[in-house]
Amino acid sequence: MTTTVERIKSEISENPVMLYMKGTAMFPQCGFSARVVQILTHMGVPFKTANVLEDGELREGIKTFSNWPTIPQLYVKGEFVGGCDIITEMFQSGELSTLLTEQGIQHEATA
Amino acid sequence: MAMQAGEIEALIKAALPDASVTIEDLAGDGDHYAATVVSARFAGISRVKQHQIVYAALRGRMGGNCMPWPCKPQPLNKEPPR
Repeated sequence: MTTTVERIKSEISENPVMLYMKGTAMFPQCGFSARVVQILTHMGVPFKTANVLEDGELREGIKTFSNWPTIPQLYVKGEFVGGCDIITEMFQSGELSTLLTEQGIQHEATA
Repeated sequence: MAMQAGEIEALIKAALPDASVTIEDLAGDGDHYAATVVSARFAGISRVKQHQIVYAALRGRMGGNCMPWPCKPQPLNKEPPR
């Protein structure tokens, strides 16, 4: 039996860019989740998602794990980077691109 | 749970004595606020940690499960005026 914390730890270590969201990348079920997917897609970043709506324990567990009250939550190389507002600000300021470059994650330059 | 803007400011200043805090009542109902917090403590740390410092100062009195509390901590890099 894998606990939720173990599941999260293994997902964020195996996937350099991991997004916990409501819905899927193809079919987001929340505007905030959709916006983060849109930013990552626009930047051409390869990422994996987990749908918290399919797993109540994950939905609560991810908030406890990060000490952060909202979803979506983006992890880069195992570190929690932010939710929708922070990711949007970092994208606009170019910080997100800088962070991805520093972490060796391929992406297209932002417009 | 409604809170007074002054109460929020006091909680933030108790945790961050150097902070300059601006509270905006977004809906005029005493229940939806935005806060801009400027403090030297935020310099050089991640945005997530900046927010977490402010959340911690409010001791769980912010929002419910799905209710983001818009708050913009900003690092203060400039020297204070003499």
